Amino acid sequence: MIGIEHYVVVSSILFVLGVLGIFLNRKNVIIILMAIELILLAVNINLVAFSSFLGDLTGQVFAMFVLTVAAGEAAIGLAILVIYFRGRGTIAVDDVNRMKG
Amino acid sequence: MIHVIAFYLFAVMTIASGAITILARNPVHSVLWLILAFFNAAGLMVLAGAEFIAMLLVIVYVGAVAVLFLFVVMMLDIDFTELRAGFIRNFPLGIAIALVLLAEIVLGVGAYRAGALELGTSDGSAAPAMGTTNIEAVGALLYGRYLFLFEVAGIILLVAMIGAIVLTHRQRSGVRGQNVSKQIARRPDEATVNVKPEVGKGVQL
Repeated sequence: MIGIEHYVVVSSILFVLGVLGIFLNRKNVIIILMAIELILLAVNINLVAFSSFLGDLTGQVFAMFVLTVAAGEAAIGLAILVIYFRGRGTIAVDDVNRMKG
Repeated sequence: MIHVIAFYLFAVMTIASGAITILARNPVHSVLWLILAFFNAAGLMVLAGAEFIAMLLVIVYVGAVAVLFLFVVMMLDIDFTELRAGFIRNFPLGIAIALVLLAEIVLGVGAYRAGALELGTSDGSAAPAMGTTNIEAVGALLYGRYLFLFEVAGIILLVAMIGAIVLTHRQRSGVRGQNVSKQIARRPDEATVNVKPEVGKGVQL
């Protein structure tokens, strides 16, 4: 039978994969943003699984809020990426500190 | 039995497509694998009995966020091979950090299972009422107890939308824009002139 531990294991592996993705693709901001989405997905799986197994719907409501923040974060992040690319012609994060406002 | 098979199918597919997302050479492939990961995570959530969040995940992530990523990847003209230069060099450190993090999480779950931690139990105030579907119960909670949080979520999305527009909007030169107020302020008597030109002479426009 599938218990809460199975869901926790899946979501923790997904979380670690997201962190690993940030470290492996340190130059490519697009992949870093996708890795952050993976991390948030892992958090959502955790929230939903605990909410379902404890019989308390608050977890699902908060998963929806996490989803909202993830969508806003992706939109703002990609917008910053687009203007950064417009100014410099590359998206390598090594020299992001040269953006200067 | 079918429940167990479905769980393992969705779990393995989620983790595998998540791994390919961060390892793929081509970012377009990464986005497509990310979409597959979201679909399988939605399947996991359906198995847990949370249909509303699962459908939201498919609509919001696959329908909006992933397509946004695809747009940006295709819009920018980037040499992606150059960006992968540090991939091999970062690999050992990344794996080490990932393993440490995984060990910590497994340790935490192990401590929870051993009964050393008391997480408390639900007081039942947010329990789904008998005979209601998941969507009905979540909706009652969202528009009842969490109404203000729900509206704050809407404001967050509005701020994100305005921010994205402000950031990416630019004034282009050399385009003929429409000046609405000038058009509305135009009157017939100043727009048309009656002239009676003499024969043989041109008119001054």
